[in-house]
Amino acid sequence: MQQRLRITVVERDRDRALQVVDALKEAGDYEVSVLGDVTGLARKLAALDPDVVLIDIANPSRDTLEEMALASSPMERAVAMFVDRSDDALTTAAIEAGISAYVVDGLRPERIKPVLDAAIARFKMVSRMRRELEETKAALAERKMVDRAKGLLMAAKGISEGEAYTLLRRAAMDQGKKIGEVAAALVTASELLK
Amino acid sequence: MSDRLNIGFMPLVDCAPLAIAREIGFAEEEGLDLALQRQPSWSALRDMLAFERIDAAHMLAPVPVAMSMGLGGLPMAIDALMVLSVNGTVIGVSRDLAARMRDRGAPSDFMAAAVGRALIEAATPPLKVGVPFPFSMHAELLYYWLGALGVQAPQQLVVRTVPPPLMADAMAAGEIDAFCVGEPWGSVAAERGVAEVVLPGCAIWGFAPEKVLAVRRCFTTEAPDRTARLMRAVWRAGRWLGDPEHNLAASEILARKGYLDVSAEIIERTLNCRFVVSPLGEERRAPRFIEFFGGAAQFPWRSQAAWIAGRLSKRLGVEASPEARLTFRADLFRANLGPIGADLPGASEKLEGALDTSMPVASSHGRLFLGPDRFFDSEIFDPVPGK
Repeated sequence: MQQRLRITVVERDRDRALQVVDALKEAGDYEVSVLGDVTGLARKLAALDPDVVLIDIANPSRDTLEEMALASSPMERAVAMFVDRSDDALTTAAIEAGISAYVVDGLRPERIKPVLDAAIARFKMVSRMRRELEETKAALAERKMVDRAKGLLMAAKGISEGEAYTLLRRAAMDQGKKIGEVAAALVTASELLK
Repeated sequence: MSDRLNIGFMPLVDCAPLAIAREIGFAEEEGLDLALQRQPSWSALRDMLAFERIDAAHMLAPVPVAMSMGLGGLPMAIDALMVLSVNGTVIGVSRDLAARMRDRGAPSDFMAAAVGRALIEAATPPLKVGVPFPFSMHAELLYYWLGALGVQAPQQLVVRTVPPPLMADAMAAGEIDAFCVGEPWGSVAAERGVAEVVLPGCAIWGFAPEKVLAVRRCFTTEAPDRTARLMRAVWRAGRWLGDPEHNLAASEILARKGYLDVSAEIIERTLNCRFVVSPLGEERRAPRFIEFFGGAAQFPWRSQAAWIAGRLSKRLGVEASPEARLTFRADLFRANLGPIGADLPGASEKLEGALDTSMPVASSHGRLFLGPDRFFDSEIFDPVPGK
């Protein structure tokens, strides 16, 4: 029987790490560990001795992993980067999803593929969720700003909420700006005039 | 219509020729739109280049040479079109180690041999030193310096990879005793009070190629015209940077958010060849601390590539193929930059480390001065094999 693959995920964000761990556990019977703190990364990885290391491509500590590829001698468990040019599509997908993988030299590609596939899918999903969250936050901030601007207009001109909104929208259209920008300008200006 | 080239860079002072090529308009003059993309790590930058996500890259000089020797994982031919910068690194040690070095009579001037001996005496072996990447001039200078003074790796010297912004943290955590890093990160560690800078890199080798402009070899054959236009824009940017009058403007540009996102003051200090050596904020100056143009700094000498290949080969027990030196494209430099006025040296290889002072050499316009380029131990590297 083949030994269970040992996988280490290097990820500081706890939620994201757990997401990836869950995905890997669904994909197969792996022994998964997480490293959150990158201090002494090489030393900690040597102690864990994983077959596969997954790390966010945006993580500057990735360079530390290059050192392990270099330090490996035929006598040691060689860790080399996953760049089997026979599967460029998989590597490209990994890069696009923002993930880099280091695997023990000589590990058969068919054993790594499901791991990477699962990680890639999860990385993509997490990135999308983050983007959506940021967009939601931005939209919320804009709405707050518009509400404040409406309030200012209503007080200053004695108009209704609907009229205040129409006024803001028309100003935005005239100036070719977003309604949020016009609202922000108005709020900033009124702060100065206080 | 402007032709878009995607270029990856690391946020370091020596990415300046690429930023200036874009911001001062040298790229635009060549009909190029340089889309500069900041990268999180050298390995990410290298992968982006190898997998054609970007067209060209700000790269550590030893990387193309190492890749030609099959080192570093990626089987891909990457060439150095030109050198982007020479020198620019510093060696720092922990404050504790610095104090012990002073007790052993370490000189306060930048004499690499004496400083090195004091460091070796003061340190508890193995000495743990941080560098930004396994294939970097930082690593080569360190191995050269301590190796020439009799230190054996890995028994007495452990070199660890630490991303530059984390160098001060690694030292504070006791992971490393010393580092070799590009500015501004050495000064930052000194100002944070965790390190003292004991040497500029140029005290070890007076003229060390630090970063290069790298492309896939196939790019030069598939897009010879774009290659030439990119080289011309970057050459002019380097010439512009070579004028100290432009240091202020250059530092303001590099300080911007899309580039380094650190204060312009820190960058200008580096461009003025100054750096911080102690937590008291004491500044020092070293001539040719960083060089973008003078002394044919941009010329990709094949002898520089041969030196790197020889060092890697000896250290890692890997055979250096004769092609290793051809990764430095002196041929393309001549073909593309001669016509616009670059003063070209008569040869593409030279003795490395032979010049004590600035010397005139045979060149196309007869106005070329090289050096000084001494190694601290006065070794002279002859690139011709068998000599």
